[in-house]
Amino acid sequence: MQITINGKIVEAQAGQTIHRAAKAAGIYIPTLCYHEKVGAAGKCRVCVVEIEGSPALQTACSVEVREGMKIQTRTERVLNSQKLIVDLLLSTGTHDCLACDQNGSCELQDVAYYLGMERGSFKYADVESVKDDSSEFISVERSKCISCGRCVAACNNTVTNRVLDFKYRGHKADIAFDDDKPMGESSCVQCGECAQICPVGALTDKLSKGRARRWDVEKVYSVCPYCGVGCKLELHVDRKTDRIVRVTGAEGAPTNNGMLCVKGRYGYDFVGHPDRLTTPLIKENGKFREASWDEAITLVATKFAEIKQKHGADTIMGLCSAKVTNEENYTFQKLFRTGIGTNNIDHCARL
Amino acid sequence: MTNDIAGLDKSDVALIIGSDTSECHPVIAARLKKAAMDGKVKIIVIDPKRIKMADFATIYACQRPGTDVAVLNGMMHLIIKNGWEDKKFIEERTEGYEALKEEVAKFTPEYVEKISGIPAKTLEEIAELFGKAPTAALYYAMGITQHTTGVDNVKSTANLQMLCGNMGKVGGGVNPLRGQSNVQGACDMGGLPNVFPAYQKIGDAAVQEKFEKFWGVKLSDKPGMTMTVAFDKAHAGEMKAFYIMGENPMVSDPDLHHAEESLKRLEFLVVEDIFMTETAQMAHVVLPASSPAEKDGTFSNTERRVQLLFKAVNAPGQAKHDWEIHQMIANKMGLNWNYTKAEEIFDEMRKCTPSYAGLTYKRLGFAGMHWPCPNEEHPGTPVLHIGKFSRGLGLFTAIPFKEPAEMPDKDYPWYFTTGRVLQQYHTGTMSRKTPGLNNLAGPHVMISVEDAEALGISNSGKVKVSTRRGSLITNAFVTKRCPKGTVFMPFHFAEAAANKLTINALDPIAKIPEYKVCACKIEKA
Repeated sequence: MQITINGKIVEAQAGQTIHRAAKAAGIYIPTLCYHEKVGAAGKCRVCVVEIEGSPALQTACSVEVREGMKIQTRTERVLNSQKLIVDLLLSTGTHDCLACDQNGSCELQDVAYYLGMERGSFKYADVESVKDDSSEFISVERSKCISCGRCVAACNNTVTNRVLDFKYRGHKADIAFDDDKPMGESSCVQCGECAQICPVGALTDKLSKGRARRWDVEKVYSVCPYCGVGCKLELHVDRKTDRIVRVTGAEGAPTNNGMLCVKGRYGYDFVGHPDRLTTPLIKENGKFREASWDEAITLVATKFAEIKQKHGADTIMGLCSAKVTNEENYTFQKLFRTGIGTNNIDHCARL
Repeated sequence: MTNDIAGLDKSDVALIIGSDTSECHPVIAARLKKAAMDGKVKIIVIDPKRIKMADFATIYACQRPGTDVAVLNGMMHLIIKNGWEDKKFIEERTEGYEALKEEVAKFTPEYVEKISGIPAKTLEEIAELFGKAPTAALYYAMGITQHTTGVDNVKSTANLQMLCGNMGKVGGGVNPLRGQSNVQGACDMGGLPNVFPAYQKIGDAAVQEKFEKFWGVKLSDKPGMTMTVAFDKAHAGEMKAFYIMGENPMVSDPDLHHAEESLKRLEFLVVEDIFMTETAQMAHVVLPASSPAEKDGTFSNTERRVQLLFKAVNAPGQAKHDWEIHQMIANKMGLNWNYTKAEEIFDEMRKCTPSYAGLTYKRLGFAGMHWPCPNEEHPGTPVLHIGKFSRGLGLFTAIPFKEPAEMPDKDYPWYFTTGRVLQQYHTGTMSRKTPGLNNLAGPHVMISVEDAEALGISNSGKVKVSTRRGSLITNAFVTKRCPKGTVFMPFHFAEAAANKLTINALDPIAKIPEYKVCACKIEKA
């Protein structure tokens, strides 16, 4: 079907919301509570638009398109309404961007930028930063929370961990872990889904704090090195330091659709760890000494040849690995079968 | 898995047996929990521990460790008795049914209760829920396989799923959840002693000829030995050299004293790894390799989905890709290898690996693809065995019940069982480098409230755990999730290595050690 957005004719599909149709046509309608994964909540009202023939403003995240619908996203009435909402949010939280880890991928920042707003204009209470750093991997800054409900929906309906909920009402409304425990003392398993879906800096990855600005990192797709589910990862790499500064789950991936567990998301310290082996080592008199690749490889090839000649190829055993790639397991077994001449190859599939 | 992850909410019932899913496969667990919460799938959990998945289950049953065959036979007994079996499926797609029927006839609920401890009434409820379900899936992990009856257990799961006609359809299947990122791929690539890539049998004349022609060398047609057997032979002085890539048997093997002694007796040990592991410390030569974040390549996951990895950062120092190391050794041995990137290896591999033949890096793209994929027009195979099993007819096997190798007795009166916890992985080489994960999960032994009270053991108090192999002292984790008479210990921790206590008793066919059952003694330390 065809609809008109801001005077432009746009193709849309039946059942699509206005927001999705606009997004497909490259038209930005701000959203804060809506996220593709947890669906429309219709709470934040920042996605309001004017629809011809409709007296009140409508939420683009929840209203479906109709043939011939005429929509305006940037009328004065729409913008004023959005500004009021954002003004209220900015006035009731510590939305300081300078050292915020979300800076650069904050959706509240995006809306403020879109509306040209620096800070809130209401002054009805002092707002102080309220932090909960009790969890190993996730920082909670309640004063940055905008009560959008994405984390609550994700915790309960996506990863089904059932830890997060809302407590209290009105100005005191806030997220709670279990029966309002500090996050680190709650039953939270720190899968980090909440931090990944939080639109602002209220729930952030602790390990990433201060490690790189959002716009300085490059995302590289990989696959989780831990269990066999094969969750697709986005490794956020700071090219200047050649380090992974954050790991997120790839949204839309058929295996995990953005979800990860605590290991997959936060267990990446091993990659650039100072204990990594950096040079071949040869043991002499019970102690390792550094060696060149050429020396080490020559020793390995010579010893294998010697043992093969003296005792037969079948006295040599190879253990390939459930942690290296297909390509590398292929070359390993090929080396054993064609080079050493034995089928003594196994790995710890059983262990 | 015979089925795919995306299809797991298409079942009416999901039976989880021998898988602590939320600890070991948390993202699959999340999907199963959601399916249960949304009312799409009813979950049955059968596990000696009252695992978290039991909180989402319609029925939970606690069996004694090592009694899975009896439990599954008991389910089949009731399903047949009540006429809930899929007669059409049995008739058209299977053979050996009569022998199975005869074997399970004696597994009445009362008999099964005696063996497994599952009340007869609970087994009846399980059989009814499962047997009457239009489509039911079965999920298992090492709780089924790490037994001296591992093969029997696996065959029993297949018996049940064929009996109910749950094979070859969306939402059904026998679904082993694999425990390591590329354990599926390592098997697919021929990282096993009896097969070339894609499970083509060593010793089969046509297969031998194919690979000799493809690789251009004469090949041994004698199947090799499994790792567990090789360790025994090394212990006996019959093995001379091991080349270990990215594995840490000094923490993961059963009866570690035996494993250590075996490696010490080798003339030459090469270890290729990213860290100085417990195993690498014993090597004569250590070769520094690159981590998954430092390389291009592919992993094959538990649902047979082949997915691409891309290099994100550089490997440290002089560390190299594993394939580069293999190539250097191969060329030093006089083979002429010329790979310049992982994709070239993949393209060679798929030429001799029929199930991967149609996969290319380009086709794998963002989502990856399921093997078997025989040609470049083939869309991949999310669900196996639709219409026909690979062997033609599905074979029922009558499986008698056998007890574990070592049962609790007067001297060692508890069941000792091992596994993983959410926050750690395998031997800890990778996960233990993150301090936060260590703060969340350190060495411990899970013990029931009843046993702890009887022994005066408090939560976090010190406990001495002993078996006939050895003993160690660790912290108690007193929990209602553990049944009386059973203790559970994670095996991640070298300093309190559960595998110093486990028994080196193997399944006669798969040679998998019985990590899930042995006898132990616990004392307040």
